[in-house]
Amino acid sequence: MGRDRAIQIGFVGIASSSILVVALIFLFLFKEAAPFAKHPGLAALLDNQWIPVSFQKERFGILPLAAGTVLVTAIAMLVSVPLSALAAVYIAEVAHPLEREILKPFIELLASIPSVVLGFFGLVVLAPLIKQFFGLNTGLNALTGGLLLALMAIPTIVSVSEDAINSVPATYRNGSMALGASRMQTIWRVVVPAALPGILGAVMLGTGRVIGETMAVLMVTGNAALITANPLSPVRTMTASIAAEMGEVPFGSIHYQALFWVGIVLLLITFGLNFIARRISVRYGMMR
Amino acid sequence: MVKNDTPTGPTAIEVRNLAFHYGASQALFDINIAIPARQVTALIGPSGCGKSTFLRTLNRMNDIIPGVRVEGDILIDNENIYRDKIDVVRLRKRVGMVFQKSNPFPKSIFENVAYGPRIHGMNDKGQLGEIVEQSLRQAALWDEVKDRLGNNAVGLSGGQQQRLCIARALAVQPEILLMDEPASALDPKSTARVEDLIDELKTKYTIVIVTHNMQQAARVSDWTAFFYEGRLVEYGRTKRVFTNPKEKQTEDYITGRFG
Repeated sequence: MGRDRAIQIGFVGIASSSILVVALIFLFLFKEAAPFAKHPGLAALLDNQWIPVSFQKERFGILPLAAGTVLVTAIAMLVSVPLSALAAVYIAEVAHPLEREILKPFIELLASIPSVVLGFFGLVVLAPLIKQFFGLNTGLNALTGGLLLALMAIPTIVSVSEDAINSVPATYRNGSMALGASRMQTIWRVVVPAALPGILGAVMLGTGRVIGETMAVLMVTGNAALITANPLSPVRTMTASIAAEMGEVPFGSIHYQALFWVGIVLLLITFGLNFIARRISVRYGMMR
Repeated sequence: MVKNDTPTGPTAIEVRNLAFHYGASQALFDINIAIPARQVTALIGPSGCGKSTFLRTLNRMNDIIPGVRVEGDILIDNENIYRDKIDVVRLRKRVGMVFQKSNPFPKSIFENVAYGPRIHGMNDKGQLGEIVEQSLRQAALWDEVKDRLGNNAVGLSGGQQQRLCIARALAVQPEILLMDEPASALDPKSTARVEDLIDELKTKYTIVIVTHNMQQAARVSDWTAFFYEGRLVEYGRTKRVFTNPKEKQTEDYITGRFG
Protein backbone atom coordinates (compact mmCIF):
# COMPACT_ATOMS: atom_id res chain seq x y z
CA MET A 1 0.00 0.00 0.00
CA GLY A 2 2.78 2.39 0.93
CA ARG A 3 4.49 1.93 -2.39
CA ASP A 4 1.26 2.28 -4.35
CA ARG A 5 0.68 5.57 -2.66
CA ALA A 6 4.19 6.78 -3.38
CA ILE A 7 3.87 5.87 -7.06
CA GLN A 8 0.50 7.57 -7.21
CA ILE A 9 1.90 10.74 -5.70
CA GLY A 10 4.77 10.56 -8.19
CA PHE A 11 2.37 10.38 -11.12
CA VAL A 12 0.19 13.18 -9.78
CA GLY A 13 3.35 15.26 -9.45
CA ILE A 14 4.42 14.61 -13.02
CA ALA A 15 0.94 15.24 -14.35
CA SER A 16 0.57 18.50 -12.47
CA SER A 17 3.98 19.79 -13.52
CA SER A 18 2.42 20.96 -16.78
CA ILE A 19 -0.05 23.04 -14.80
CA LEU A 20 2.87 24.45 -12.86
CA VAL A 21 4.69 25.39 -16.06
CA VAL A 22 1.63 27.20 -17.43
CA ALA A 23 1.21 28.99 -14.13
CA LEU A 24 4.87 30.01 -14.11
CA ILE A 25 4.63 31.35 -17.65
CA PHE A 26 1.68 33.49 -16.65
CA LEU A 27 3.45 34.65 -13.52
CA PHE A 28 6.56 35.58 -15.43
CA LEU A 29 4.63 37.46 -18.10
CA PHE A 30 2.69 39.40 -15.50
CA LYS A 31 5.81 40.21 -13.55
CA GLU A 32 7.44 41.82 -16.57
CA ALA A 33 4.27 43.50 -17.70
CA ALA A 34 3.01 44.73 -14.34
CA PRO A 35 4.56 48.21 -14.05
CA PHE A 36 2.66 49.22 -17.19
CA ALA A 37 -0.56 49.03 -15.19
CA LYS A 38 0.56 51.90 -12.95
CA HIS A 39 2.05 54.01 -15.67
CA PRO A 40 0.74 54.68 -18.27
CA GLY A 41 -2.19 52.53 -17.08
CA LEU A 42 -4.00 49.61 -18.73
CA ALA A 43 -6.37 51.95 -20.57
CA ALA A 44 -3.44 52.80 -22.84
CA LEU A 45 -3.65 49.26 -24.28
CA LEU A 46 -7.11 50.05 -25.60
CA ASP A 47 -5.80 52.83 -27.83
CA ASN A 48 -6.64 52.32 -31.47
CA GLN A 49 -3.08 52.82 -32.64
CA TRP A 50 0.23 51.09 -32.08
CA ILE A 51 3.07 53.64 -32.36
CA PRO A 52 5.58 52.43 -29.81
CA VAL A 53 8.35 54.81 -30.90
CA SER A 54 7.44 58.43 -31.54
CA PHE A 55 8.68 61.96 -31.06
CA GLN A 56 5.25 63.15 -30.05
CA LYS A 57 3.39 60.54 -28.09
CA GLU A 58 3.93 56.79 -27.95
CA ARG A 59 0.76 54.78 -28.34
CA PHE A 60 0.35 51.18 -27.28
CA GLY A 61 -3.07 50.09 -28.55
CA ILE A 62 -3.13 46.31 -28.92
CA LEU A 63 -6.32 46.50 -30.97
CA PRO A 64 -4.66 47.00 -34.39
CA LEU A 65 -2.34 44.06 -33.74
CA ALA A 66 -5.18 41.88 -32.55
CA ALA A 67 -7.19 42.91 -35.61
CA GLY A 68 -4.27 41.89 -37.79
CA THR A 69 -4.03 38.51 -36.11
CA VAL A 70 -7.77 37.94 -36.37
CA LEU A 71 -7.89 38.89 -40.05
CA VAL A 72 -4.93 36.76 -41.07
CA THR A 73 -6.16 33.81 -38.98
CA ALA A 74 -9.67 34.09 -40.39
CA ILE A 75 -8.36 34.01 -43.95
CA ALA A 76 -6.08 31.09 -43.18
CA MET A 77 -8.88 29.07 -41.57
CA LEU A 78 -11.40 29.92 -44.26
CA VAL A 79 -9.04 28.44 -46.80
CA SER A 80 -7.50 25.56 -44.86
CA VAL A 81 -10.46 24.09 -42.94
CA PRO A 82 -12.65 23.05 -45.88
CA LEU A 83 -9.65 21.91 -47.92
CA SER A 84 -8.16 19.91 -45.08
CA ALA A 85 -11.42 18.34 -43.97
CA LEU A 86 -12.19 17.17 -47.49
CA ALA A 87 -8.64 15.94 -47.96
CA ALA A 88 -8.84 14.00 -44.70
CA VAL A 89 -12.15 12.39 -45.67
CA TYR A 90 -10.74 11.50 -49.05
CA ILE A 91 -7.55 9.99 -47.68
CA ALA A 92 -9.26 8.09 -44.89
CA GLU A 93 -12.38 6.85 -46.65
CA VAL A 94 -12.17 7.06 -50.41
CA ALA A 95 -8.55 6.83 -51.52
CA HIS A 96 -7.12 3.58 -52.77
CA PRO A 97 -4.54 2.23 -50.27
CA LEU A 98 -1.79 2.95 -52.79
CA GLU A 99 -2.93 6.55 -53.17
CA ARG A 100 -2.97 6.86 -49.40
CA GLU A 101 0.62 5.62 -49.20
CA ILE A 102 1.68 8.43 -51.51
CA LEU A 103 -0.57 11.27 -50.32
CA LYS A 104 -0.04 10.98 -46.59
CA PRO A 105 3.75 11.34 -46.47
CA PHE A 106 3.61 14.33 -48.82
CA ILE A 107 1.06 16.15 -46.74
CA GLU A 108 3.03 15.40 -43.61
CA LEU A 109 6.20 16.59 -45.34
CA LEU A 110 4.51 19.96 -45.74
CA ALA A 111 4.38 20.20 -41.96
CA SER A 112 8.11 19.76 -41.65
CA ILE A 113 9.06 22.72 -43.85
CA PRO A 114 10.50 25.45 -41.59
CA SER A 115 8.24 28.47 -41.53
CA VAL A 116 11.05 30.81 -42.58
CA VAL A 117 11.49 28.78 -45.75
CA LEU A 118 7.77 28.99 -46.42
CA GLY A 119 8.21 32.72 -45.79
CA PHE A 120 10.69 32.87 -48.64
CA PHE A 121 8.22 31.10 -50.85
CA GLY A 122 5.58 33.63 -49.84
CA LEU A 123 7.93 36.52 -50.52
CA VAL A 124 9.16 35.53 -53.96
CA VAL A 125 6.24 33.49 -55.35
CA LEU A 126 2.97 34.17 -53.58
CA ALA A 127 3.30 37.93 -52.98
CA PRO A 128 4.18 38.83 -56.61
CA LEU A 129 1.31 36.63 -57.82
CA ILE A 130 -1.17 38.36 -55.55
CA LYS A 131 0.21 41.76 -56.42
CA GLN A 132 -0.26 41.04 -60.10
CA PHE A 133 -3.63 39.37 -59.79
CA PHE A 134 -5.24 42.21 -57.85
CA GLY A 135 -3.16 45.00 -59.41
CA LEU A 136 -1.78 46.20 -56.09
CA ASN A 137 1.27 48.29 -55.19
CA THR A 138 2.53 45.51 -52.97
CA GLY A 139 1.75 41.84 -52.54
CA LEU A 140 2.65 41.96 -48.86
CA ASN A 141 -0.75 41.91 -47.20
CA ALA A 142 -3.19 39.97 -45.04
CA LEU A 143 -4.28 37.71 -47.91
CA THR A 144 -0.74 36.60 -48.68
CA GLY A 145 -0.11 35.96 -45.00
CA GLY A 146 -3.38 34.10 -44.64
CA LEU A 147 -2.73 31.87 -47.64
CA LEU A 148 0.75 31.08 -46.45
CA LEU A 149 -0.55 30.23 -42.99
CA ALA A 150 -3.24 28.06 -44.53
CA LEU A 151 -0.46 26.09 -46.14
CA MET A 152 1.03 25.55 -42.70
CA ALA A 153 -2.25 24.62 -41.04
CA ILE A 154 -3.32 22.10 -43.70
CA PRO A 155 -0.96 19.24 -42.77
CA THR A 156 -1.86 19.51 -39.08
CA ILE A 157 -5.59 19.56 -39.72
CA VAL A 158 -5.47 16.81 -42.34
CA SER A 159 -3.41 14.41 -40.33
CA VAL A 160 -5.27 14.85 -37.02
CA SER A 161 -8.67 14.75 -38.77
CA GLU A 162 -7.69 11.63 -40.63
CA ASP A 163 -6.77 9.94 -37.37
CA ALA A 164 -10.16 10.95 -35.98
CA ILE A 165 -11.96 9.50 -39.00
CA ASN A 166 -9.95 6.31 -38.86
CA SER A 167 -10.81 5.81 -35.22
CA VAL A 168 -14.54 5.72 -35.95
CA PRO A 169 -15.44 2.10 -35.20
CA ALA A 170 -16.11 -0.15 -38.19
CA THR A 171 -19.35 -1.20 -36.50
CA TYR A 172 -20.86 2.22 -37.34
CA ARG A 173 -19.99 1.76 -40.99
CA ASN A 174 -21.38 -1.78 -41.03
CA GLY A 175 -24.55 -0.63 -39.28
CA SER A 176 -25.10 2.03 -41.88
CA MET A 177 -24.28 -0.20 -44.87
CA ALA A 178 -26.60 -2.92 -43.54
CA LEU A 179 -29.46 -0.42 -43.63
CA GLY A 180 -28.86 0.06 -47.33
CA ALA A 181 -26.85 3.28 -47.13
CA SER A 182 -24.40 3.96 -49.93
CA ARG A 183 -20.75 4.55 -49.19
CA MET A 184 -21.13 8.33 -49.51
CA GLN A 185 -24.21 8.39 -47.29
CA THR A 186 -22.31 6.38 -44.71
CA ILE A 187 -19.34 8.74 -44.86
CA TRP A 188 -21.30 11.99 -44.62
CA ARG A 189 -24.08 10.95 -42.27
CA VAL A 190 -22.33 8.57 -39.89
CA VAL A 191 -18.55 8.59 -40.11
CA VAL A 192 -17.92 12.33 -40.34
CA PRO A 193 -20.42 13.28 -37.61
CA ALA A 194 -18.90 10.63 -35.36
CA ALA A 195 -15.42 12.01 -36.03
CA LEU A 196 -16.54 15.63 -35.64
CA PRO A 197 -15.10 16.23 -32.15
CA GLY A 198 -11.74 14.98 -33.42
CA ILE A 199 -11.96 17.10 -36.55
CA LEU A 200 -12.82 20.09 -34.39
CA GLY A 201 -9.78 19.37 -32.26
CA ALA A 202 -7.72 19.27 -35.44
CA VAL A 203 -9.08 22.66 -36.49
CA MET A 204 -8.24 24.07 -33.08
CA LEU A 205 -4.71 22.73 -33.30
CA GLY A 206 -4.40 24.28 -36.74
CA THR A 207 -5.76 27.59 -35.47
CA GLY A 208 -3.28 27.47 -32.63
CA ARG A 209 -0.45 27.00 -35.05
CA VAL A 210 -1.71 29.86 -37.24
CA ILE A 211 -2.15 32.31 -34.37
CA GLY A 212 1.23 31.48 -32.92
CA GLU A 213 3.10 31.56 -36.22
CA THR A 214 5.59 34.42 -36.36
CA MET A 215 8.30 34.32 -39.00
CA ALA A 216 6.23 33.74 -42.11
CA VAL A 217 3.68 36.41 -41.28
CA LEU A 218 6.44 38.81 -40.33
CA MET A 219 7.88 38.35 -43.80
CA VAL A 220 4.76 38.63 -45.93
CA THR A 221 2.05 40.68 -44.23
CA GLY A 222 3.55 44.10 -44.79
CA ASN A 223 3.67 44.97 -41.09
CA ALA A 224 1.44 48.02 -40.97
CA ALA A 225 -0.50 48.17 -37.73
CA LEU A 226 -3.89 49.04 -39.18
CA ILE A 227 -7.39 48.17 -38.05
CA THR A 228 -8.94 46.80 -41.19
CA ALA A 229 -11.08 44.04 -42.58
CA ASN A 230 -9.68 44.37 -46.06
CA PRO A 231 -7.66 41.27 -46.93
CA LEU A 232 -5.67 43.24 -49.49
CA SER A 233 -4.40 45.70 -46.90
CA PRO A 234 -1.08 45.21 -45.13
CA VAL A 235 -1.54 44.22 -41.50
CA ARG A 236 0.61 43.47 -38.53
CA THR A 237 -0.03 40.54 -36.23
CA MET A 238 0.64 40.32 -32.52
CA THR A 239 3.35 37.71 -32.88
CA ALA A 240 5.11 39.62 -35.64
CA SER A 241 5.16 42.76 -33.48
CA ILE A 242 6.75 40.96 -30.58
CA ALA A 243 9.32 39.28 -32.80
CA ALA A 244 10.17 42.44 -34.72
CA GLU A 245 10.37 44.83 -31.80
CA MET A 246 11.59 42.77 -28.87
CA GLY A 247 15.19 42.78 -30.06
CA GLU A 248 15.48 46.56 -30.17
CA VAL A 249 13.42 47.65 -27.23
CA PRO A 250 15.22 49.00 -24.12
CA PHE A 251 14.94 46.44 -21.34
CA GLY A 252 12.24 47.38 -18.81
CA SER A 253 10.91 50.33 -20.80
CA ILE A 254 7.23 51.02 -21.25
CA HIS A 255 7.43 49.68 -24.79
CA TYR A 256 9.03 46.50 -23.41
CA GLN A 257 6.18 46.10 -20.94
CA ALA A 258 3.63 46.76 -23.65
CA LEU A 259 5.05 43.89 -25.70
CA PHE A 260 4.58 41.63 -22.70
CA TRP A 261 0.95 42.69 -22.57
CA VAL A 262 0.66 41.69 -26.19
CA GLY A 263 1.99 38.29 -25.17
CA ILE A 264 -0.54 38.03 -22.37
CA VAL A 265 -3.43 38.89 -24.68
CA LEU A 266 -2.16 36.30 -27.16
CA LEU A 267 -2.10 33.69 -24.44
CA LEU A 268 -5.62 34.62 -23.33
CA ILE A 269 -6.91 34.30 -26.89
CA THR A 270 -5.47 30.80 -27.26
CA PHE A 271 -6.89 29.84 -23.85
CA GLY A 272 -10.26 31.16 -24.93
CA LEU A 273 -10.15 29.16 -28.15
CA ASN A 274 -9.29 25.99 -26.26
CA PHE A 275 -12.12 26.59 -23.86
CA ILE A 276 -14.62 27.11 -26.69
CA ALA A 277 -13.39 24.01 -28.48
CA ARG A 278 -13.89 21.99 -25.33
CA ARG A 279 -17.40 23.32 -24.85
CA ILE A 280 -18.36 22.54 -28.43
CA SER A 281 -17.02 19.01 -28.30
CA VAL A 282 -18.93 18.40 -25.06
CA ARG A 283 -22.14 19.84 -26.50
CA TYR A 284 -21.93 17.87 -29.72
CA GLY A 285 -20.10 15.14 -27.85
CA MET A 286 -20.40 12.17 -30.09
CA MET A 287 -17.63 10.23 -28.46
CA ARG A 288 -18.43 6.90 -26.93
CA MET B 1 -25.55 -34.86 -46.74
CA VAL B 2 -28.99 -35.36 -45.37
CA LYS B 3 -31.86 -33.54 -47.00
CA ASN B 4 -34.59 -33.75 -44.48
CA ASP B 5 -37.83 -32.14 -43.55
CA THR B 6 -37.74 -29.40 -46.14
CA PRO B 7 -40.15 -26.60 -45.19
CA THR B 8 -43.51 -26.93 -46.87
CA GLY B 9 -44.82 -23.36 -46.46
CA PRO B 10 -43.69 -20.34 -48.48
CA THR B 11 -39.94 -20.01 -48.81
CA ALA B 12 -38.28 -16.67 -48.10
CA ILE B 13 -34.73 -17.52 -49.12
CA GLU B 14 -33.66 -20.28 -51.43
CA VAL B 15 -29.94 -21.11 -51.46
CA ARG B 16 -28.48 -23.39 -54.13
CA ASN B 17 -24.94 -24.73 -54.37
CA LEU B 18 -23.49 -21.77 -52.52
CA ALA B 19 -19.71 -21.64 -52.16
CA PHE B 20 -17.79 -18.80 -50.63
CA HIS B 21 -14.09 -17.93 -50.74
CA TYR B 22 -12.03 -15.46 -48.77
CA GLY B 23 -9.08 -15.05 -51.10
CA ALA B 24 -7.49 -18.48 -51.32
CA SER B 25 -9.40 -20.11 -48.47
CA GLN B 26 -12.87 -21.48 -48.93
CA ALA B 27 -15.31 -20.76 -46.12
CA LEU B 28 -18.51 -22.34 -47.43
CA PHE B 29 -18.98 -25.52 -49.45
CA ASP B 30 -22.04 -26.38 -51.51
CA ILE B 31 -24.75 -25.00 -49.25
CA ASN B 32 -28.33 -25.86 -50.16
CA ILE B 33 -31.09 -24.63 -47.92
CA ALA B 34 -34.62 -23.26 -48.11
CA ILE B 35 -35.43 -20.81 -45.36
CA PRO B 36 -39.16 -20.60 -44.60
CA ALA B 37 -40.99 -17.29 -44.55
CA ARG B 38 -42.17 -15.76 -41.27
CA GLN B 39 -40.45 -18.35 -39.13
CA VAL B 40 -37.26 -18.32 -37.11
CA THR B 41 -34.32 -20.26 -38.49
CA ALA B 42 -31.32 -20.73 -36.22
CA LEU B 43 -27.80 -21.26 -37.58
CA ILE B 44 -25.67 -23.17 -35.10
CA GLY B 45 -22.20 -24.66 -35.08
CA PRO B 46 -18.77 -24.20 -33.54
CA SER B 47 -16.70 -21.04 -34.08
CA GLY B 48 -15.36 -20.75 -37.60
CA CYS B 49 -17.91 -23.14 -39.06
CA GLY B 50 -19.12 -20.56 -41.54
CA LYS B 51 -22.51 -19.75 -40.04
CA SER B 52 -21.80 -16.01 -39.73
CA THR B 53 -20.26 -15.93 -43.21
CA PHE B 54 -23.38 -17.63 -44.52
CA LEU B 55 -25.61 -15.12 -42.74
CA ARG B 56 -23.68 -12.25 -44.30
CA THR B 57 -24.01 -13.65 -47.81
CA LEU B 58 -27.76 -13.15 -47.47
CA ASN B 59 -27.53 -9.33 -47.48
CA ARG B 60 -24.19 -9.22 -49.28
CA MET B 61 -22.42 -7.67 -46.31
CA ASN B 62 -19.37 -9.74 -47.24
CA ASP B 63 -19.02 -7.52 -50.30
CA ILE B 64 -17.32 -4.94 -48.12
CA ILE B 65 -14.37 -7.28 -47.56
CA PRO B 66 -11.89 -7.20 -50.43
CA GLY B 67 -11.00 -10.43 -52.21
CA VAL B 68 -14.18 -12.44 -51.58
CA ARG B 69 -15.76 -14.68 -54.20
CA VAL B 70 -19.22 -16.20 -54.27
CA GLU B 71 -20.50 -19.10 -56.36
CA GLY B 72 -23.98 -20.53 -56.54
CA ASP B 73 -27.36 -18.88 -56.22
CA ILE B 74 -29.32 -17.17 -53.50
CA LEU B 75 -32.90 -16.39 -54.40
CA ILE B 76 -35.03 -13.95 -52.49
CA ASP B 77 -38.49 -13.38 -53.99
CA ASN B 78 -37.30 -15.34 -57.02
CA GLU B 79 -34.55 -12.82 -57.58
CA ASN B 80 -30.96 -14.00 -57.68
CA ILE B 81 -29.23 -11.55 -55.36
CA TYR B 82 -25.77 -12.22 -56.78
CA ARG B 83 -26.80 -11.98 -60.41
CA ASP B 84 -29.44 -10.02 -62.23
CA LYS B 85 -27.56 -6.76 -61.66
CA ILE B 86 -29.34 -6.42 -58.36
CA ASP B 87 -29.24 -3.15 -56.46
CA VAL B 88 -27.44 -3.86 -53.17
CA VAL B 89 -29.10 -0.86 -51.54
CA ARG B 90 -32.54 -2.26 -52.31
CA LEU B 91 -31.46 -5.73 -51.18
CA ARG B 92 -30.28 -4.45 -47.80
CA LYS B 93 -33.47 -2.50 -47.42
CA ARG B 94 -35.36 -5.78 -47.77
CA VAL B 95 -32.91 -7.82 -45.70
CA GLY B 96 -32.16 -6.04 -42.43
CA MET B 97 -29.38 -6.97 -40.07
CA VAL B 98 -28.71 -6.83 -36.35
CA PHE B 99 -25.12 -7.29 -35.22
CA GLN B 100 -23.52 -9.18 -32.38
CA LYS B 101 -22.32 -6.03 -30.69
CA SER B 102 -24.99 -3.38 -30.53
CA ASN B 103 -23.86 -0.51 -32.69
CA PRO B 104 -26.17 2.46 -32.35
CA PHE B 105 -24.86 5.56 -34.10
CA PRO B 106 -23.64 8.32 -31.80
CA LYS B 107 -26.82 10.25 -32.52
CA SER B 108 -30.09 10.74 -30.68
CA ILE B 109 -32.44 7.80 -30.19
CA PHE B 110 -34.84 9.35 -32.70
CA GLU B 111 -32.14 9.93 -35.30
CA ASN B 112 -30.90 6.37 -34.97
CA VAL B 113 -34.28 4.94 -35.91
CA ALA B 114 -34.97 7.66 -38.49
CA TYR B 115 -31.60 7.09 -40.18
CA GLY B 116 -32.74 4.26 -42.45
CA PRO B 117 -35.93 5.94 -43.71
CA ARG B 118 -33.99 9.18 -44.19
CA ILE B 119 -31.29 7.66 -46.38
CA HIS B 120 -34.03 6.06 -48.45
CA GLY B 121 -35.42 9.50 -49.12
CA MET B 122 -38.07 10.14 -46.49
CA ASN B 123 -37.96 13.68 -45.11
CA ASP B 124 -41.50 14.29 -43.89
CA LYS B 125 -41.28 15.02 -40.16
CA GLY B 126 -44.70 13.60 -39.31
CA GLN B 127 -44.17 10.40 -41.24
CA LEU B 128 -40.70 9.94 -39.74
CA GLY B 129 -42.15 10.42 -36.27
CA GLU B 130 -44.75 7.75 -36.93
CA ILE B 131 -42.19 5.27 -38.26
CA VAL B 132 -39.90 5.90 -35.32
CA GLU B 133 -42.69 5.31 -32.81
CA GLN B 134 -43.97 2.24 -34.62
CA SER B 135 -40.48 0.74 -34.92
CA LEU B 136 -39.65 1.40 -31.29
CA ARG B 137 -42.96 -0.14 -30.25
CA GLN B 138 -42.24 -3.23 -32.34
CA ALA B 139 -38.84 -3.50 -30.70
CA ALA B 140 -40.49 -3.22 -27.25
CA LEU B 141 -38.47 -0.13 -26.43
CA TRP B 142 -41.00 2.68 -26.87
CA ASP B 143 -42.19 2.85 -23.27
CA GLU B 144 -38.64 3.09 -21.96
CA VAL B 145 -37.46 5.86 -24.26
CA LYS B 146 -40.54 7.81 -25.37
CA ASP B 147 -39.73 10.71 -23.03
CA ARG B 148 -36.12 11.02 -24.13
CA LEU B 149 -36.03 10.48 -27.86
CA GLY B 150 -33.62 13.38 -28.16
CA ASN B 151 -31.03 11.82 -25.87
CA ASN B 152 -27.90 10.28 -27.25
CA ALA B 153 -28.40 6.57 -27.87
CA VAL B 154 -24.98 5.81 -26.45
CA GLY B 155 -26.43 6.51 -22.98
CA LEU B 156 -28.80 3.53 -23.16
CA SER B 157 -28.06 0.22 -21.45
CA GLY B 158 -26.63 -2.67 -23.47
CA GLY B 159 -29.98 -4.43 -23.80
CA GLN B 160 -31.75 -1.20 -24.75
CA GLN B 161 -29.07 -0.44 -27.34
CA GLN B 162 -29.59 -3.83 -28.95
CA ARG B 163 -33.35 -3.34 -29.07
CA LEU B 164 -32.71 0.10 -30.56
CA CYS B 165 -30.64 -1.56 -33.28
CA ILE B 166 -33.54 -3.91 -33.93
CA ALA B 167 -35.90 -0.93 -34.14
CA ARG B 168 -33.46 0.76 -36.50
CA ALA B 169 -33.47 -2.28 -38.75
CA LEU B 170 -37.28 -2.51 -38.65
CA ALA B 171 -37.68 1.15 -39.59
CA VAL B 172 -36.79 0.47 -43.23
CA GLN B 173 -39.57 -2.16 -43.29
CA PRO B 174 -37.55 -5.22 -44.29
CA GLU B 175 -39.05 -8.61 -45.07
CA ILE B 176 -36.16 -10.54 -43.61
CA LEU B 177 -34.18 -9.88 -40.46
CA LEU B 178 -30.71 -11.34 -40.02
CA MET B 179 -29.39 -11.53 -36.48
CA ASP B 180 -25.77 -12.30 -35.75
CA GLU B 181 -25.65 -13.52 -32.14
CA PRO B 182 -27.84 -10.61 -31.09
CA ALA B 183 -27.87 -11.52 -27.41
CA SER B 184 -24.36 -12.81 -26.85
CA ALA B 185 -23.18 -9.59 -25.20
CA LEU B 186 -26.28 -9.17 -23.03
CA ASP B 187 -27.15 -10.12 -19.47
CA PRO B 188 -29.74 -12.90 -18.94
CA LYS B 189 -32.64 -10.50 -18.37
CA SER B 190 -31.93 -8.51 -21.52
CA THR B 191 -31.41 -11.75 -23.41
CA ALA B 192 -34.85 -12.94 -22.35
CA ARG B 193 -36.37 -9.69 -23.60
CA VAL B 194 -34.66 -10.00 -26.98
CA GLU B 195 -35.82 -13.61 -27.25
CA ASP B 196 -39.42 -12.64 -26.47
CA LEU B 197 -39.08 -9.95 -29.09
CA ILE B 198 -37.92 -12.44 -31.72
CA ASP B 199 -40.98 -14.52 -30.92
CA GLU B 200 -43.26 -11.54 -31.56
CA LEU B 201 -41.42 -10.39 -34.67
CA LYS B 202 -41.70 -13.70 -36.49
CA THR B 203 -45.38 -13.08 -37.15
CA LYS B 204 -44.32 -10.37 -39.60
CA TYR B 205 -40.72 -11.09 -40.51
CA THR B 206 -38.57 -13.97 -41.64
CA ILE B 207 -35.81 -14.25 -39.07
CA VAL B 208 -32.45 -15.92 -39.48
CA ILE B 209 -30.41 -15.97 -36.29
CA VAL B 210 -26.86 -17.09 -35.64
CA THR B 211 -26.32 -18.26 -32.09
CA HIS B 212 -23.70 -19.99 -30.03
CA ASN B 213 -26.20 -20.75 -27.37
CA MET B 214 -27.90 -24.13 -27.80
CA GLN B 215 -30.70 -23.36 -25.36
CA GLN B 216 -31.38 -20.14 -27.17
CA ALA B 217 -31.59 -21.89 -30.52
CA ALA B 218 -33.96 -24.44 -29.00
CA ARG B 219 -36.09 -21.74 -27.39
CA VAL B 220 -36.52 -19.24 -30.20
CA SER B 221 -36.25 -21.11 -33.48
CA ASP B 222 -38.63 -23.20 -35.57
CA TRP B 223 -35.88 -24.50 -37.84
CA THR B 224 -32.25 -25.27 -37.10
CA ALA B 225 -29.30 -25.55 -39.46
CA PHE B 226 -26.10 -27.08 -38.13
CA PHE B 227 -22.90 -25.93 -39.84
CA TYR B 228 -19.54 -27.60 -39.48
CA GLU B 229 -16.30 -26.76 -41.27
CA GLY B 230 -18.06 -24.71 -43.92
CA ARG B 231 -20.70 -27.33 -44.72
CA LEU B 232 -24.37 -27.56 -43.85
CA VAL B 233 -24.44 -30.84 -41.97
CA GLU B 234 -28.05 -31.03 -40.91
CA TYR B 235 -31.15 -28.95 -41.33
CA GLY B 236 -34.62 -29.56 -39.99
CA ARG B 237 -37.30 -28.67 -37.52
CA THR B 238 -35.66 -27.47 -34.34
CA LYS B 239 -37.50 -29.94 -32.15
CA ARG B 240 -36.46 -32.83 -34.35
CA VAL B 241 -32.83 -31.72 -34.71
CA PHE B 242 -32.44 -31.33 -30.98
CA THR B 243 -34.26 -34.48 -29.90
CA ASN B 244 -33.42 -36.81 -32.75
CA PRO B 245 -30.38 -35.66 -34.74
CA LYS B 246 -29.63 -37.82 -37.75
CA GLU B 247 -25.98 -36.98 -38.02
CA LYS B 248 -23.35 -37.99 -35.49
CA GLN B 249 -21.61 -34.59 -35.70
CA THR B 250 -24.88 -32.81 -34.92
CA GLU B 251 -25.50 -35.01 -31.95
CA ASP B 252 -21.96 -34.53 -30.64
CA TYR B 253 -22.24 -30.78 -30.95
CA ILE B 254 -25.68 -30.49 -29.41
CA THR B 255 -24.78 -32.67 -26.49
CA GLY B 256 -21.70 -30.57 -25.88
CA ARG B 257 -19.04 -33.08 -26.84
CA PHE B 258 -17.29 -30.42 -28.89
CA GLY B 259 -17.78 -26.79 -29.89
